[in-house]
Amino acid sequence: MPQIAQLADTWSSQVFWLLVFFGITFFVVGNLMVPKVMNTVAERDGQIAADLAAAKAARDAADEQEEAWRVRENENRAAAQAIVAKAKDDAAAKSETKLKAAQTRIDKKLADAEARIGEARTQALAEVESVAVEAAQDIVKTLAGVKVTKPVATKAVKEAMANG
Amino acid sequence: MAAEQAKVDPMYQFTIKPLGGSDEWALGEGFNIAFTNSAMWMLITTVVLFLFVLGGMRRQLVPGRWQMMVETFTGFIDNMLEANIGKAGRKYVPYVFSLFMFILFANLLGLLPLGIVGVHPFTFTSHFTVTGVLAIISFSIVLLVGFWKHGFHFFSLFVPHGTPLPMIPVIAPIEFISFMVRPFSLALRLFVAMMAGHVLLEVLSSFVIDGTNAGVGFGLLVGLPSFILMIGICALELLVAGIQAYVFALLTALYINDAENLH
Repeated sequence: MPQIAQLADTWSSQVFWLLVFFGITFFVVGNLMVPKVMNTVAERDGQIAADLAAAKAARDAADEQEEAWRVRENENRAAAQAIVAKAKDDAAAKSETKLKAAQTRIDKKLADAEARIGEARTQALAEVESVAVEAAQDIVKTLAGVKVTKPVATKAVKEAMANG
Repeated sequence: MAAEQAKVDPMYQFTIKPLGGSDEWALGEGFNIAFTNSAMWMLITTVVLFLFVLGGMRRQLVPGRWQMMVETFTGFIDNMLEANIGKAGRKYVPYVFSLFMFILFANLLGLLPLGIVGVHPFTFTSHFTVTGVLAIISFSIVLLVGFWKHGFHFFSLFVPHGTPLPMIPVIAPIEFISFMVRPFSLALRLFVAMMAGHVLLEVLSSFVIDGTNAGVGFGLLVGLPSFILMIGICALELLVAGIQAYVFALLTALYINDAENLH
């Protein structure tokens, strides 16, 4: 077993070179390089945490703005609906007055027309009477040869028409 | 390769050989510091680990694959220390990371099939001189942190919480012994696991070689099953390489937790 057989000859060399090379490893790799590597990791972790925090803040801000927008939007919608309702009411009121005016005009026209018709009928009736009187006078004169005066004829016609 | 010797020595792979005529290098009086194959693989481990971590230092916000891999390892050690020690565990990341990655890379590099191209990988974590030094470093950190933070109150570590008063004289020595055994268990566990795996692979490969040399019949009867078994055990060894590095780092973290938080 060379580990024991060569112990007396080699132990000092083994210890010396191990201390040299492990020392180099410890002071150069362990003390100088490893902290830098770990710093890089720590920086990256910090950066990731900061980025996540920033993203969260941005999301919160976006949520806030969305909420504000929603409130504004609701207000706008309510206002628009109010305007529409008002316009509808206005239009309804206007059309009602117009309709009323038109109605009165039509009523008036109807009344006028009725009055005119009534007048025309009385006139026509009077004319029929006068025609009937004249016709009655003519008929009597032709048939009986009797000359009937107008008032008498009128009276007779009126009686006849009243009897109907 | 060893056919003419007709014998494969499974322990030969652990032999330490000085490289490039550095046999006589010495520090002070009689402390030989020859640059051996073991030291060479420590150098290779250090360089590969350096390059690996360097590739992860591009510091990009969106990491590439390499950076992601390095960050996974640092994050893994960081999480392990935070889970076992708490917030105070952060300051041990450089040490535990170096320890874990150094052992992991040493174990994995020692398993590379470089013998095919004539280079012999040397697993220096299969030497208890190496694992022992690493264990002693970890244990020293535990002692230093413990006495630094708690002073002599650190000795209360040997009296578990809620021990009845009459039991203390019995419990305290047991706790003390189990505490003092820690560096040995730490060092031996890694050393034994790495050595055993490599010996097993070497023994199986000697079955393949000797069986095949003995003829087609033996080759099919012994060599082929051994070879198939070797493939499976190679996969197992890769797992062991990771697990042993993890266990070493995890136990170091647990021991530091004792010192840091003192139950």
